[in-house]
Amino acid sequence: MNLTNLFRIALKALSNNKMRGFLTMLGIIIGVASVITMLALGQGSKKGIQDQISEMGANMIMIQPGADTRGGVRQSASSMETLKMADYESIRNESRFISAISPSVNSAGQLIYGANNTPSTIYGVSAGYLDIRRYSIDDGMMFTEQDIATAAKVCIVGKTVVDDLFPDGENPVGKVVRFNKIPFRIIGVLKSKGYNSMGMDQDNIVLAPYTTIQKRILAITYLQGMTASAIREEYSQAAIEEITDILRRNHKLKDAEEDDFNIRSMEELSSTISSVMDMLTLLLGAIAGISLLVGGIGIMNIMYVSVTERTREIGLRMSIGAKGRDILAQFLIEAILISITGGLLGVLIGGGLSFLIRLLLNFSAVIQPWSVALSFAVCTLTGIFFGWYPAKKAAKLDPIEAIRYE
Amino acid sequence: MTNKHVIRLENISRNFVVGDETVHALRNVSFSIGEGEFVTIMGTSGSGKSTLLNTLGCLDTPTGGEYYLDGVSVRLMGKNARATLRNRKIGFVFQSYNLLPKTTAIENVELPLMYNPSYSASARRRKAVESLVSVGLGDRLNHKSNQMSGGQMQRVAIARALVNDPAVILADEATGNLDSRTSHEILVLFQRLHSQGRTIIFVTHNPEISQYSSRNIQLKDGRVISNTINNHIQSAAEALAKLPVDND
Repeated sequence: MNLTNLFRIALKALSNNKMRGFLTMLGIIIGVASVITMLALGQGSKKGIQDQISEMGANMIMIQPGADTRGGVRQSASSMETLKMADYESIRNESRFISAISPSVNSAGQLIYGANNTPSTIYGVSAGYLDIRRYSIDDGMMFTEQDIATAAKVCIVGKTVVDDLFPDGENPVGKVVRFNKIPFRIIGVLKSKGYNSMGMDQDNIVLAPYTTIQKRILAITYLQGMTASAIREEYSQAAIEEITDILRRNHKLKDAEEDDFNIRSMEELSSTISSVMDMLTLLLGAIAGISLLVGGIGIMNIMYVSVTERTREIGLRMSIGAKGRDILAQFLIEAILISITGGLLGVLIGGGLSFLIRLLLNFSAVIQPWSVALSFAVCTLTGIFFGWYPAKKAAKLDPIEAIRYE
Repeated sequence: MTNKHVIRLENISRNFVVGDETVHALRNVSFSIGEGEFVTIMGTSGSGKSTLLNTLGCLDTPTGGEYYLDGVSVRLMGKNARATLRNRKIGFVFQSYNLLPKTTAIENVELPLMYNPSYSASARRRKAVESLVSVGLGDRLNHKSNQMSGGQMQRVAIARALVNDPAVILADEATGNLDSRTSHEILVLFQRLHSQGRTIIFVTHNPEISQYSSRNIQLKDGRVISNTINNHIQSAAEALAKLPVDND
């Protein structure tokens, strides 16, 4: 008996019971569609978050003071004074794995222009900060090394600040705003970046030369932190190790002493988030997988009923020359056809659903080819696995009894 | 009749063990059926005729004795070999037709050839059409089994039994579900097949049918009690003509 004939026979048997075939298929369709949609959503949100992280600067490295104790009392990071200007200069001059570094000092306060005011944080940074954080100037210009050297009272503002202070649409460049009674001249406006994945408004920001903030606002000589950028994301770890060496040397720490600073990278954050999202995806996929399993059991159930119902047909086929393995193959092919057709429809529906979600809910959904291949393979295996037992039962029937079965 | 024996049974016995009792369904049954014979096998229920039919049809193997079908010894054959043998040498006609539901006449008749890889799709179809035409259903090739009368369904079943050019046609109470008029029509068909040289074995409990066959074998309690040549074969067509005509 050749395979073509077996397919013909199985197809014929399926088409004789279209409604039942479809209902059986429905379990597989829903299972596969939900696996694909869930995985697409999981992968989509992972990708979305990764995109946002890389927008924030995926290769960003943050250096903060730490482990400073005064008389045995551990101090909070912002009041620690372990990071000095000399550290900044050493790193800037010596590190091979960073492309840019900026000191970071900041002060929160009220920004006032005329009758308008807004709460904001003013960040004291160097010109390299724009590259590190992936900001760019929309209008005006960035402050210069000269401005840093002279602690010039100039600033760059984000779009939220502009909207709050200049509601009438005035051009903010050249205007003078006041921060803690100190006048700052706006020399540039940042291009809008929107909210980041943590829900922080990246446009509510004021940048000024770090010297200005240190001398005129905070009256400190140390740095509250530093922000650097690794030349590439994958060099983040190397850069961290290098900076650690430089800082430990500068701070004359003995081998036994712990670091008096903390270095964290976006890469760490991004891989943490990635693994959380992978976990979430797996969970969603597993839940959807259960519905695929239930669909498979549906196939088994129907095939089982079908074998009983078609006992006489099986008896007839055997008496006119079908071997046990022909019957086995017929029922197995029926089960596999149901599950493969269901799988195909499921892939289409899952794909369509993911597309609709992206279109209507503006939620990123990324269909991975492997998730399609996986769910397809799983549902084929489901067909074989759950079709096997009923098919085996059919093949084992005694033709004498089967042909007279009532 | 020719000397060639299509079927030769030598001391066939078949025992079934039920609980701790042994039931002797067949005891030392021996007979031969030559090519072109139309043999009725008769017996009451419990006489062993079903077991004999299963044995003749290679569905069952005897406990003892030898069975040669078309010269081939069947007793020691395995399941698959017997399936192939049935496919090539036997045509079954059942009491309840056993057509596939929602399936056209032609697809039903093609079925045995589906299990024979030497037939191409076109050869299969050609054979099926020929076979249906020979039973007088040339105009109903694409009728589905549920759109046909009992007589028509049995004709389709006979066409299915003929399609593989079997060495023997085994009919099991083939007229049992039909009214007497339709029964006679089917018997006319069997007689025609007989006259064309087909070998037919017709198992029945209805003694009337034996008058249309060329030989009658009677079974009782698993033994052959009579094996008589019918020298006065009645014509089923004549009997059909004498039946009162239906009004419709």
